[in-house]
Amino acid sequence: MTLTPLATDHPPEVASEKVAPFAPPLQLTEEHHLCPGCGHPVAWRLLMEVLSELGIENRAIEVVGHGCYTGIAAMADIDAIQVLHGRAPAVATGLKRVQPEAVVMTVQGDGDMATEGLHEILHAAARGENITAIMLNNGVFGDTGGQMTATTVLGQRTKTSLEGREPANHGFPIPLADLIGTIEGAAYVARGAVNNAGSIAQTKKFLARAFETQMARAGFSFVEVLTMCPTGWIIPTASGPDYVAGTFEKTFPVRQIKSALG
Amino acid sequence: MATTLMQGADAITEAAINVGCRFFSGYPMLPFTPLLESMAKQMGKRGGVCMNASSEIEAVNMALGAAAGGARAGTGSCGQGIALMQEAIAEAAMNEVPFVVFNMARGQQDYFQCTRGGGWGDYRTITLAPKDVIEAVEHTQLLFHLADTYRAPVILYGDYLVADTFMSVDPAAQDFGPVPDKDWALDGTRGGTGASRLIWSWDIGKSGRPGLQPDGQWKKVADKFDAVAATEARHETFMADDARYLVVSWGTTSPFVDYVVEELRADGVAIGAFRPITLWPFPEDALRAATEDAEAVFTYEINAGQMLDDVRLSVTDRHKVKALGGVSVDYSGMRQGELLSVGAIRSALTAAIAAHEAARS
Amino acid sequence: MNVLTRGAVVIDVERCKGCELCIPACRPGVLAMSEDVNAQGARYPLLFAGCTACRACREVCPDFVFEVYRFEEPQMIDDGAGTTDDGAPSVEDGGA
Repeated sequence: MTLTPLATDHPPEVASEKVAPFAPPLQLTEEHHLCPGCGHPVAWRLLMEVLSELGIENRAIEVVGHGCYTGIAAMADIDAIQVLHGRAPAVATGLKRVQPEAVVMTVQGDGDMATEGLHEILHAAARGENITAIMLNNGVFGDTGGQMTATTVLGQRTKTSLEGREPANHGFPIPLADLIGTIEGAAYVARGAVNNAGSIAQTKKFLARAFETQMARAGFSFVEVLTMCPTGWIIPTASGPDYVAGTFEKTFPVRQIKSALG
Repeated sequence: MATTLMQGADAITEAAINVGCRFFSGYPMLPFTPLLESMAKQMGKRGGVCMNASSEIEAVNMALGAAAGGARAGTGSCGQGIALMQEAIAEAAMNEVPFVVFNMARGQQDYFQCTRGGGWGDYRTITLAPKDVIEAVEHTQLLFHLADTYRAPVILYGDYLVADTFMSVDPAAQDFGPVPDKDWALDGTRGGTGASRLIWSWDIGKSGRPGLQPDGQWKKVADKFDAVAATEARHETFMADDARYLVVSWGTTSPFVDYVVEELRADGVAIGAFRPITLWPFPEDALRAATEDAEAVFTYEINAGQMLDDVRLSVTDRHKVKALGGVSVDYSGMRQGELLSVGAIRSALTAAIAAHEAARS
Repeated sequence: MNVLTRGAVVIDVERCKGCELCIPACRPGVLAMSEDVNAQGARYPLLFAGCTACRACREVCPDFVFEVYRFEEPQMIDDGAGTTDDGAPSVEDGGA
């Protein structure tokens, strides 16, 4: 028996309200080169939605690292600077110190922030810089073809941990949000995910609270976002969300960790 | 002109703040540390920010960030720390973000580091090498002007003599003329207007407003430095008219050389001195002209011969160039050793001249 | 049979990369992948009657393929299947 698909190439003919556009107003294009099933574009979209909804797009400066996600620098209609791998928190510090009214954020992957740039992020958090640092964590260097990072989980296969990450050879992953949560200068710390509609909605709230923390000058804010990378994880595309829930979140529990504003 | 006796680090700080420097970041490393401490003391009082960074890499990237926000920004270290900053200096050259790097060097003249660059790509760093604190004050202010004029990171080659010596200086702001508007700087206010800005060494540009892309941007930067080379070379000569022998030296070595040149002239030796003030762009045309009629050209550097390469490239007959000086550090590895003294310079020059005379006859 | 439908989506078929994340995300289960492929060679989602305008598809989609509308008045839409006596037709049969 056959069901009839409905026409989806035009808006409904009956009276209706558009409840969600393709892309948020700050997004200049819907085209991107990221893999099918990649979680980064969902995180990009949440960021742009939050900036508009908080009304801070005309104060926002993003400091973007190196990875598959770097394209957000070109795609978002906000002031931006693309910077050296790992160094975004330092650049963001300089920017925020001379433009204290700007809302300054970093957008970095786990390879950029937790691996190359561990020094910079921890020191920025310790200094309590009034910036918002965002880590898109998929546990792999996706842009360079899938090597291990500081957040690759035990058992995860990558090009540099072909049999799966194991402690004797490769040590342990770094749960960065939890680590930053222990630093006094960090005023808002959360870890979210984008593997289903519920986690997406929760992550959006985390991002909003992080920016509110910056706007209140309450200190350093940090949101880690678990994103899918089925290509880097060497799993079927549609299995990405389950890998996040069933594997990734075991090492990186999703929750708000700390909030100075309550 | 009102002068005050000031230590070099304080004089440079005052000079920088007087021309609008409002951000400085650094990691302690002698002999740069007094400059960082001076900035830490003064910046806050003058409405600026001084950050004690947690590494040289962090320091230079903080300065890059501040400069991207439109501020006049500085950072620095000694050569060993500048080595860590190479990637960021190259990045700033390629994404055209201006700031001043204060190399307060140890007892070695690291000519290669600032003229050959340790980063990637086709870039140069305009480098001024003051001979003393008075010149360091002028060069500090000129460098902020040049950085903004050419949208590039630039270098002051100082050293412990410049940082620690007291001299009478006037650090009041000198006017070097207008600089272009910073219509590329970021403040966040253009978000959502369709005119938001993007700084990127690849100059991809915002979607719908493409930039030059890597090939175009890197060609543009290379061409820019060619243009700078044609106009910004600076040098000084001392007693060089009708000199049979010319001594080429730079930075704080030069006052010692000039002293010896003056002594030798009094003894009847037709000797003169040439000093590049810009290490890059090297004043090759001026040096070629100054050495055309010289019988011998001596370089005197506190290293194994670095500026030597550019001297050989500049003079018409490279075979008349002889390197003097050499590696020379004290027991601490931080300060110049015996070769930076008028006695050593005089001995080296008289021996070299005697050898030249003997070979001639 | 007529199915209560509260909304609809516009699908940019050519932009879809066929990742299929929308299928399990759809709460009423009214999306199924096509047999046809678009110009990229990817299968793309088809919409069937019963959409609730919950927006989950649009939320999880990495490629900005969905635009979501909520009807001012819920509609009864014929899903194209007759009534059956062996259970309600399932969307998995759609597009076959």
